[in-house]
Amino acid sequence: MPKRSNEPLLWSLFSAGGVVAAFLIPVHLFLFGVAFPLGWLPDPGYQRLLALVRHPLTRIYLFVLCSLPLFHWAHRFRYTLYDGLQIKHLNELIFTFCYGGAMAGTAAAGYLLWTIR
Amino acid sequence: MADTIALEVTRYCPERDAEPSFQTFEAPLRKDWVVLDALNYIKDKVDGSLSFRWSCRMGICGSCGMMVNGEPKLTCATFLSNYAPGPIRVQPLQYFPVVRDLVIEMTDFLNKLKAVKPWIVRREEKPLSAGEYLQTPEQMDAYKQYSMCINCMLCYAACPVYGLEKHFKGPAVLALAQRYNKDSRDQGAGERTDLLSQEDGIWDCTFVGECTKVCPKNVDPAGAIQQYKLTATIEWFQSLLMPWGAK
Amino acid sequence: MNETPAYTEFHPRWYRPRVSTYWWLWRWPYLKFIIRELSSLSVVSFVVMALLQLSALRRGPQAYAEFQELVKHPFLIALAAVSLFFVVFHAITWFNLTPSAMPVRVKGKRLPDFLVAAPNYVVWLVLSGAVAWVVLGG
Repeated sequence: MPKRSNEPLLWSLFSAGGVVAAFLIPVHLFLFGVAFPLGWLPDPGYQRLLALVRHPLTRIYLFVLCSLPLFHWAHRFRYTLYDGLQIKHLNELIFTFCYGGAMAGTAAAGYLLWTIR
Repeated sequence: MADTIALEVTRYCPERDAEPSFQTFEAPLRKDWVVLDALNYIKDKVDGSLSFRWSCRMGICGSCGMMVNGEPKLTCATFLSNYAPGPIRVQPLQYFPVVRDLVIEMTDFLNKLKAVKPWIVRREEKPLSAGEYLQTPEQMDAYKQYSMCINCMLCYAACPVYGLEKHFKGPAVLALAQRYNKDSRDQGAGERTDLLSQEDGIWDCTFVGECTKVCPKNVDPAGAIQQYKLTATIEWFQSLLMPWGAK
Repeated sequence: MNETPAYTEFHPRWYRPRVSTYWWLWRWPYLKFIIRELSSLSVVSFVVMALLQLSALRRGPQAYAEFQELVKHPFLIALAAVSLFFVVFHAITWFNLTPSAMPVRVKGKRLPDFLVAAPNYVVWLVLSGAVAWVVLGG
């Protein structure tokens, strides 16, 4: 029997990340990237955000918001490099870069959210 | 409306040419003529050496697929008047090796098609005396769309992944595998999953989605492949969590 | 990989076209596909900024004030605006492809695609409103 590929795991991370990115990143990007810096909306400020981030549910939410979209990126970027630039011979390098990056980002998010007092 | 239209047709003679070139022909621009009519006019009246495949002229045999102005089309269903005043560029289906002029080599497709067992697989056939395999309209509706495929390979010519990955099974083959997986009479889904849940099966597909757009029979191979990815993923997690209950 | 059947062995000179590296530039649907895939870079830029923000929050009010000044730089605002465009593009293409990847059947009949896609947009609005409400202080 042929070996089944591990692609289902990577694909489900990609899909979950795609859903999270589609539903949640636009509003975050609009608020923190555009509206607050330009003064369109009142910036909630340090105290309020810290109070929010201290809540365990917010921590879990932010961990998911940072981690899954990175795996979404890893999947898409890997295939774009393979097909768009025809560099599949660099397979292992690209794979390590994409999923290594996603895991490093996940670890950073976990560390930051764990250690914020 | 001008009474003729120019066709720039790919010519490639394997004994003579190192690579294909274009030859321009004039054909009558008639309201009821399709690109295939113009090609037949050229073959009959202008240059009998022009080679191309065709058979039924009514969009069911799947033989006359070619690139018309860069898009994969059934030439029997592509009207000249939509491209007036021209010229119309007619090329062999892309991503396939070219045998001669507009004729492509399709053995790769046929081998891949055969490999996914596009027939009803039964563990045990019922004896004839037991009667037919019955099926409700709902059960038929689950696969009917995929069964409309005429193997014209337009979806292959639309699929950049097939162009880049020669091992990729490709849209029509995967849709036809789903056609049998979804058939209530079929019991071969497990055998097919072993073959299809592989990098050269469904996982190479990046959902460009063009296969579905060019399909003359609304088969929706892109949808079939994504749905199959979901099924294969669920099965993968099941076999991870419950290795004893395989299939 | 595939064995060559007998009837093709007398065609030694098939012309085998090579796919150009820039195949995705030539046709709009392909270009749109590549843009859709590269929208994931905007996702990364968002996550990097979010991690920097968390790190500033963690380091205290002084560091966070510096971060707030940093994101007012025109370059970073432009980056956020461009990223927003691509992430919205990702969201719209993602929502519109759901009916194809996950068709919904009611009584054996497939629901029309827009009926499957539409709830995504409702959920999108509700979630965005909820996030804004929480961040802005209820």
